Amino acid sequence: MTHDADVLLTFRDVTFGYHHNKPPVLAQVNFSLRAGRVLAVVGPNGAGKTTLLALALGWLRPWQGDILLAGRPIHSYGRDERGRWLALVPQSEHTPFDYSALEYVLMGRAPHLPPLGSPGPTDYALALDALALVGISTLADRPIPQLSGGERQLMLLARAVAQQPRLMLLDEPTAHLDLHNKFRLIQIMRRLRAQGVTLVMTNHEPDVVLAVADDVLLMEPGRPPEFGMLAEVFTEDALSRIYRLPIRLVNIDGRRQVVWT
Amino acid sequence: MSDIALRQVIARNARRRRLLWLLVAGAAVLFAASVLLGRYPAPGLIAPSQLGEDELAARLVLNLRLPRLLAALLLGMALSAAGMVFQLLFSNPLVEPGFLGVSQGAAFGAAFAIIYFGGGALLTQTSAAAFALAGLGFSYLLARRLRFGGWVLRLVLAGIAVSALFSAGVGLLKYIADPLTQLPEITFWLLGSLASITWPKLLSVLPGVAVGLFVMLLFRWRLNVLSLKEETAFSLGAAPQRERMLLILAAVVPTAALISISGMVGWIGLIVPHIARRLFDADTRFGLPATMLLGGIFAMLCDDAARTLLAGEIPLGILTSLLGALIFLGLMMAQQFRPRP
Repeated sequence: MTHDADVLLTFRDVTFGYHHNKPPVLAQVNFSLRAGRVLAVVGPNGAGKTTLLALALGWLRPWQGDILLAGRPIHSYGRDERGRWLALVPQSEHTPFDYSALEYVLMGRAPHLPPLGSPGPTDYALALDALALVGISTLADRPIPQLSGGERQLMLLARAVAQQPRLMLLDEPTAHLDLHNKFRLIQIMRRLRAQGVTLVMTNHEPDVVLAVADDVLLMEPGRPPEFGMLAEVFTEDALSRIYRLPIRLVNIDGRRQVVWT
Repeated sequence: MSDIALRQVIARNARRRRLLWLLVAGAAVLFAASVLLGRYPAPGLIAPSQLGEDELAARLVLNLRLPRLLAALLLGMALSAAGMVFQLLFSNPLVEPGFLGVSQGAAFGAAFAIIYFGGGALLTQTSAAAFALAGLGFSYLLARRLRFGGWVLRLVLAGIAVSALFSAGVGLLKYIADPLTQLPEITFWLLGSLASITWPKLLSVLPGVAVGLFVMLLFRWRLNVLSLKEETAFSLGAAPQRERMLLILAAVVPTAALISISGMVGWIGLIVPHIARRLFDADTRFGLPATMLLGGIFAMLCDDAARTLLAGEIPLGILTSLLGALIFLGLMMAQQFRPRP
């Protein structure tokens, strides 16, 4: 297989499961994501979307197949090097300690610091910029337990922004957001893409997918996932099939929207 | 806007650094004063000039008070730092450094040596240290074999089980101990005291303690990252399992070493990290050095009280538990108070 210089993330015949005596969670995953694009991983609960992110992160190793980041196997990257390439935005995180939002976002600088180093003024500046980018500068000194679910999710995004990755993996980034913050998140993702960051997100919300995704990976239990451009893959037929509901895509004021009956 | 915020953050860090140096100075002053404090020749401070004239006073200070104070300082620093490390690694503000089978292991080791080896000081210490580390080892091996929950939960469960086993063993040993000779010795060991510290005892544990403290201090900022979920810490470039195991060792070795010469001294590792977090926030970059200094100060104060309040010695463990529990209650009842130094 030849390698396209433009391709950032490649899954080649990836098969993975958690227990070897059970059928795999993911089978025959194939796709090549070009740099600077937004990939939405779509599928019903339990289809293995979060597992796919953990594989892309290098946290899980596939049973079979290869995962390449910029043409190199993900496991050949050094730990800090990997941290500078890839950032993860988890769905939620819990800490019993009163970290301030700034202190938390600052942890995104870890892969850029020398071994056992502490962050310096540049790192603090980048963390503050990241908070500004996601629009929660005023919460910098607020202890995390006092933040709302949506604010925490934006803070987790800010930590990934401070990490300055080339590829950002987002797990259900809109799960805790209200309509306003969802809109804001879509804007932020567009801005990150404009800065050249490649995004992979799992998402349950078709309107968010329609608003930002360039490519879609459709996951269906029991079938190899389907990868392609948004318009090719994200169709009424496919959506109706994976969500087992009659779904229509309609144009409202020039924008495509999902409706179900 | 961002510039102002950045300047504020940098100024805050500078203030915290100054406060840390203030704590260093406070610990140094307390140390110097405590060397002079005692019940010889009269309750109170010895005048420094007297040390040159009174040979007994000089010997007392050099051979008894100095090693004992150093032991108190190190004990406070190690227990409280280990407590903070454990609280972060286990995402649980209520764990203390001995909970992975270390404290109960040490107690069992000491009681065992007192009954079966005649309770010589060196043998008791060695046995306590060996069983403390064995307690950690058992907990670790057990955690690896458990098929339940994540790594952190497995370690906690294994620690509880191993502690309970050792504590049952201590109960059994107390039951069969000679009530006139061995039982009092076991009881006093369990109450904790620095009264019998000598230079050789202190020097025998110093290397392990120093290395452990140094490693914890090196990880002072990194500890924040390691307190996150394993997958997240991994995504930030850490090797969570390996780095956590190293830090656990760096926390347990000094704890085990010091418990082996002091007996059971509770509450320091639980309470001091809470005070440090109140003063320096959750970020362990300043919180960890602060907790070491505050722990050293707390232990020196308790030991000063233990040896001077009454003509007889009050067991140190009683004082740390009493003060620790009172402070703990105070902290829990105080309204949300978050100064930002």
